[in-house]
This record gives sequence, structure tokens and C-alpha cells, in this order.
Amino acid sequence: MTDIAALPPKKVHRRWRAPLPLSGMIGLALVIFWLFIALFGPLLAPYEVGAFVAPDVFQPISSDHLLGSDYLGRDVLSRLLYGARYTVGLALAAAVLASVTGTSLALFAAVSGRWIDEAMSRFMDALISIPSKIFALVMVAAFGSSLTLLLLIAWFTYIPGAYRIARSLAVNLNALEYVQVARARGEGRRYIALAEILPNMIHPMLADFGLRFMFIVLLLSSMSFLGLGVQPPQADLGSLVRENVSGLGDGAPAILVPALAIATLTVGVNLLIDSLPRRGGRNAGEG
Amino acid sequence: MSTTLILIARRLGIALLTLLLVSAVVFTISSLLPGDAAEETLGQSATPEAVAALRHQLGLDQPAPVRYANWLGGLVTGDPGQSMSSNLPVSEVVGDRLPNSLLLAAMTAAVAIPLALLIGILSAVYRGSRLDRSLNIFTLSMVAVPEFLIATIAVLIFAVKLQWLPSITMVPEEATWGEFLRAYAMPVMTLCFVVMAQMARMTRAAVIDQLTQPYVEMAILKGVRPTRVVLTHVLPNAIAPIVNAIALSLSHLLGGAIIVETIFNYPGIASLMVNAVTSRDMPLLQACAMIFCGAYLLLVLIADVVAIIANPRLRSQ
Repeated sequence: MTDIAALPPKKVHRRWRAPLPLSGMIGLALVIFWLFIALFGPLLAPYEVGAFVAPDVFQPISSDHLLGSDYLGRDVLSRLLYGARYTVGLALAAAVLASVTGTSLALFAAVSGRWIDEAMSRFMDALISIPSKIFALVMVAAFGSSLTLLLLIAWFTYIPGAYRIARSLAVNLNALEYVQVARARGEGRRYIALAEILPNMIHPMLADFGLRFMFIVLLLSSMSFLGLGVQPPQADLGSLVRENVSGLGDGAPAILVPALAIATLTVGVNLLIDSLPRRGGRNAGEG
Repeated sequence: MSTTLILIARRLGIALLTLLLVSAVVFTISSLLPGDAAEETLGQSATPEAVAALRHQLGLDQPAPVRYANWLGGLVTGDPGQSMSSNLPVSEVVGDRLPNSLLLAAMTAAVAIPLALLIGILSAVYRGSRLDRSLNIFTLSMVAVPEFLIATIAVLIFAVKLQWLPSITMVPEEATWGEFLRAYAMPVMTLCFVVMAQMARMTRAAVIDQLTQPYVEMAILKGVRPTRVVLTHVLPNAIAPIVNAIALSLSHLLGGAIIVETIFNYPGIASLMVNAVTSRDMPLLQACAMIFCGAYLLLVLIADVVAIIANPRLRSQ
């Protein structure tokens, strides 16, 4: 306790602004790059997204088609620039919804009575045991794939995980003295949840949000790769890999580039999160 | 000892309850489907009377709770119904594929678990070193890379460029060991990449957690050799989180093998499930979903039991 008290308070604030390690910088650069592409990609695309512009299919990299052509002779770069929007947009929306819902439910559980907390936690534990891909497959079989359904699937799949992390943070904070003081002062549950507990769990929840975003990108890409995700004529990065799978034998950039695109996005997010300082957890014991 | 048994029995009860809840979820979702097996089999030109008759014959005109009870009873007694697309009993269709999936999972586990433990322990012992940092970046990237990227790159290198391995996994009835290993090399390698990272990271965290304890410092001070410290002092205490991580990763091997099975055209149970989705073969889909969830719960249960047995403090509580 004493050495924590001896630290100048400034230092605690500084930690978040401390320069990132190299891996973190690379991660940050990749994340910013993909957000930029998702926002402005279509403006940069050299060709129309569905236009057949190349003279041949599965062309290698050339000056006319920077990333070659796909299985129908379309420009891979243009399709990539349009497709990133679906992957990043859907995953971002689903991750935000899942994190916000999970955190709200967790706050509610933490400040409510023991029974509500217990019942909700048991229920979430049961939900978490349903593997995400299996749930997604059953849902797609029942309702047919659509963007809305994919968003709903990713949203609901990742609520229990966010809830679990948020609840453990909230319960710990709830037991701290300053919250008890607030309670003794007569503050309502809503005030305690939103003004006392929430601000202190924002940082770990942001890191968790990043992880969830990454898992959703992987889930959506896998679904699209199986042909059960985003449906043509729309195409996200996973669909681009699937479409061009017949180019695998030729080593066409049409299949490698979208797969690499997904990997750089998810690896970037992961590197960035891993280099953020956080208490306990995965980084405990690192010198 | 009896408290251990009570703890284990409670875990078992929770697992069964969860499985029941999962079955209810799976059944509810699949009964939301517009149209049912009767309409599906008879096609669009069927008269309403014929549909009603078949529906009665299949027991589909009964209320949902009754159908759920029947289906659940069938599952428990080993008869999960009739597959709609192939007109065979679901148990037969699944029985054909399940051994393949288990074989692939077992081979992957045999390679991935020792490797992951080795990586985890090495990076924990040499934490902060260059080795640790590069292993860290490696495992971090592996967590985030989609498995179809690993699989496609593997096919490009080993099947297309070098032509060492077949790009489709087909094992003839009487294969020699060499043929067998060649056929399985790429799918096993891909799956290893996918499951190893998480195991290695959790192992590292668990071992570091123990290495910073006073009793380890004591052991080192009294002159115990580093290998011995890790093997006899640290590992027994870190076993619970490690087994947990292994269980979680292995549960990925059945359902998560979907992508690998699709790319390598491997006749496993996950690709069976994808086929069930595209042909909307609900009985088959339900059975597959239950198998995956059941396997997951079984693995988590085993991990829990190992954790209880390995931890004397948990036992006496």
C-alpha cells in the first residue's frame, strides 16, 4: 500500500499517454489505416465495384490493376476498398452494441440485489457455452443471411463475454470504500452505477471492446468465407476470399490480398490492445 | 474427500442444466423457421391435405413443448430423428463423420498441447527477454489471424509451389503411415496455429503468476535447479488455469474446424453442419449443434474437475 501512496498522482495519469512500444505503434497505425479505408475507401477506388474491367481473370499485380483482377475480371483493389466498409462497419457496430449492453447489464447486476446478480450471471454463463460459430450457423439456417441478422448475431454472441468482464470489474469497485461512502451519503443506485463505478472501469472495458471487435471481425469473415455471411452482390473481406478461392492454385493476389487485409486489421487491433497498460490480467508480472 | 465429490457432483449438475438450456435455445431457434419438414418433403405442389397427413404422421401437429420433449427424449435415447436431405437416420449420418472429426482433433491436440506448453513455459521463464517478446508477438498475431489465411498460405507453399503435400485431405482405407501423415499434415498444422496461441499465452500467464510467489524464491534460494523449480514446484500449482485453457482451446477443434474442413475438403462433422445449414436440414443441424455444445461442456467439466482435484485448498473448502 505504501509505495502506491508514495507515487506522485501525476504519474498515474501519464501512463496512458506514455509512448507506445513499437508493436503498439504498428498496431495503432494499422487500426487508423483501416478506419480510414472504411470511411473513405470507395472515394479512392479506381474502378466501379462491380465493373468487369480487366482483360483476363486472376491477373497478377500490374500498373492498371494494382492488386490484380478477380475470378470475374474485376479490379481487386476497388473491391477491397468497398468491402472493408462492410467488415469494419458491421464489426464496429456489433462490438459497440455488445460492449454497451454487456456493461449496462453488468452495472445493473452489480448494484442490484444478490438474487438478480446471481440469476443474470448464471444465465450469461449458460449463453457463453454456446460456441459463437454454431449459434451463428443455426441462426442463418433459420432466418437466411442478411446484414441485419449478422449484426444481431454478432451483438448477442458477444454480450455474455462483455458482461462477465464488466461484472467482475463492477463488483470489485462496488466493494471499495468510496462507493460505500457514496451509498452512505444516500446516493441512488443509478448515480452509483453511472457516476461512481462506470468511470473507473472505462479503460479495461475499452481494451475488452478492442478484443471483442477483433473476434467479431474474425467471426463475420469466417461466415462470409463459408458463404453464409454477407451475401452477393455485397461483399465484405471474407466474401472476397471465398469468391476467389479457385485462384488459390495460381497464387493469385485476388485471394491472398483480402485474407491479408483481414489479418492486418485483427493483428493491428490485438497489438494495440496488448501494448496498452492495464492492471492485473494478462500483463501481470511483466517486468 | 467427500467434499470433493460434492463439488464435482455440483459441477456435473450445472453442466447438465446448461446442456438442457442449450437444447431449449437450439430447439426454439429452429422451430421459428417458416415452413416445416412436411412442406419441405412434399414440395410446393402438395395438397394441404397431404401436408396435414404427413405432419400428423411426423408428429409435427403437436404443440411445441410436446415436440421438444419428444426430440429431447430421442436425443437421450440416441435417436435424434431423420435427416431431411439424405433420408437417413441422423445418428447414421453423424456416426459416419464423427470419427473423422475426432481423429483430426486428437492429432491436432497431440501436436498442439506439448508445443503450446513449451512456448508458454519458455516465455514465462525467460520473461522480458528477446525470446519472450518475439514469442509474444508471434502468439498475439496467431490469435488474430483468420484460419483461412493460414490454410491458403499453407496450400500455396506446400501444395502448389513445393508440391510436397496434397491440397485435399483424403485418406484411403489402407494407408501407410507416411501417406497418412502427409494427408493430415496441413489441416493439423493449420488447426495447431489456431489453438496453440491461446494455450501458450494462458500457460505463460499462469506460470509467471506462480514464479513471482515467495515459495518459488525460497526454492531458488535453497539451490533447486531451474528445470526442477518449474516442473515440480510451479507446474502443479499452475495446473488449474492451464487445464482450463487447454479445454477451451480443444473445444474449438470440433466446431471451429469448419473452415479447415471446408478448405481441405475433409469429411468431418463441422462441414456436415454447414451442409445442414445450406440445405436447411433441421434435425441434422440440431444434432450437430448439440454435439458441439455437449463437447464444449464436457471439456469445461473435465477442466473444472482437474482443477478441483489438483487444488487442495479448493478441496477442503
